[in-house]
Amino acid sequence: MIVTVASGKGGTGKTLVATGLAAVLAREEGADVHLVDCDVEEPNAHLFLEPRFDHSEEVTIPVPRVDLDLCDFCGRCAKVCAFHALAVLPDRVMIFPEMCHGCGSCTLQCPQGAISEEPKTLGRIEWGRAGGLSFAQGVLEVGQALATPLIRRLKARVIPDDPGATVILDAPPGNACSAVETVKGSHFALLVTEPTPFGLHDLKLAVELARDALGLPVGVVINRDGLGDAGVEDYCAAVGVPVLARLPYDRRIAEAYSDGRLWVEALPEYQGLVLDIARSIRERVGVKP
Amino acid sequence: MKELVVLSGKGGTGKTSVVGAIADLAATERRLVLADADVDAANLEIIVSPEVIETHQFVGGNVAQIDPDLCTGCGLCAETCRFEAILEDGGLYSVDQVGCEGCAACFYVCPAGAIQMEERVSGEWYRSESPLGPLFHARLSPGQENSGKLVIQVKMSARAAAGRAKADLLLVDGPPGIGCPAIAATGGANLALLVAEPSVSGVHDLERILATTRHFGVPAAVCVNKADINPTRTAEIERMCRSEEVPLLAQIPFDRAVVETLVRREPVTRRPDSPAAMAIKGLWRELRQWLE
Repeated sequence: MIVTVASGKGGTGKTLVATGLAAVLAREEGADVHLVDCDVEEPNAHLFLEPRFDHSEEVTIPVPRVDLDLCDFCGRCAKVCAFHALAVLPDRVMIFPEMCHGCGSCTLQCPQGAISEEPKTLGRIEWGRAGGLSFAQGVLEVGQALATPLIRRLKARVIPDDPGATVILDAPPGNACSAVETVKGSHFALLVTEPTPFGLHDLKLAVELARDALGLPVGVVINRDGLGDAGVEDYCAAVGVPVLARLPYDRRIAEAYSDGRLWVEALPEYQGLVLDIARSIRERVGVKP
Repeated sequence: MKELVVLSGKGGTGKTSVVGAIADLAATERRLVLADADVDAANLEIIVSPEVIETHQFVGGNVAQIDPDLCTGCGLCAETCRFEAILEDGGLYSVDQVGCEGCAACFYVCPAGAIQMEERVSGEWYRSESPLGPLFHARLSPGQENSGKLVIQVKMSARAAAGRAKADLLLVDGPPGIGCPAIAATGGANLALLVAEPSVSGVHDLERILATTRHFGVPAAVCVNKADINPTRTAEIERMCRSEEVPLLAQIPFDRAVVETLVRREPVTRRPDSPAAMAIKGLWRELRQWLE
């Protein structure tokens, strides 16, 4: 079973819920749990789980290199590039690797065979163990723009084939391509929100994406319940999105989290609530524990 | 005209609340233009009550379409596509509309001319008027690509308007992260205000966004939000700012007034005596010096 923990808005508690679920299922239930941090721009789950990585791999995309002895400056490469990553001048070719998506079109279309490809590093993926669970993450290199190829490779590398394993994906914030790359292929999207107008606005977008566009079953966790207003509850009731848990506003959670302590261990009274979320997801996906 | 972009790396540190409050203070004494560059979760509109004046369609790029009547089933498109966006089902080929990056590699290699590239409308952008000044904002349709390109569209339109209105300040509410949309929001700004949170993840993400603004040559300043939640981590941010030679402009305390005003869809400065509003006034005084 693959569960993505997502949210439109940032900072609602995705990593809090993902690490809590993973730790409780692995340590209390002894389940085969894989936590994968797909927020490659700002990966944080490792701070709470202190994994030991035994594998690391660079992720690259192929970018063009032009052999000026073969090039006749016809301009075909710049014409076919949809991302404006090449410009051809009368006597040289300028390449903008930061614009390149690595599609290979320029290489294929060059009539002179003057273009070859060289790898450009986007970041790295790494995986290993953290206590009783398998842990993996991707880390985008500073200055690189493309997060999705990193997420794609990370998922392909570390998600096990065994359908009995519990895979928890910690998604990046937002509703754009990197969130889609993370959530697609999941069996369930757990949407974490906060009971404020910001949280509600972005939750609506997340439901539109996960439930309406991708057709996934979804459930909501309301974090910092008690702050804010009733807008999120009213919306969930109105559109038939189940609220699986309400995590109360508790300054002790914020403090444990801010110190990098695993909140379900610092505050074991919340383990039951986390197990209920897992049970509820399994019921909805139709998985036996 | 100065351009100030508010970023954070980590999401949910309070960028939009800070932008709304600064805008509320700045609008009383400056000509201000606002831009919300968090196009896949745009929230600034919630607290500045804009009225939309113009709506524009955003064409983010193209998407491939295969004409089944012309397709010979040779499979060259699927071999060429590096994004696994060509689907095959019993010899019939189609395009995964979500996976397609619009690169047109398949279009160029198809020997039967069965592939067309079609424009993809992937969102809208708006010019609005708000009591605090013009607001440029957008809505990326859920799951679409090219949010960076939409960020650029919003920023360019806002810059042009700021130029026409001879505005003093363009205030840009940035997206979380350090990738494509954050880079697009950063480019060309005079100053990046980084809103940090005193937590291990907040510190970690501040380091990465600071490295990013440096990489693109934009000067940065920091403010800590909810600073009293964890004084030890706040002190760590202070030390980091000193060693990186980045000014730490303000420490905003955790204050329920922020959420209480948000629920009323107002910036926290509408509760002028609240601790958060007082701290943001101090922040604005610092920023005003930088503007001169």
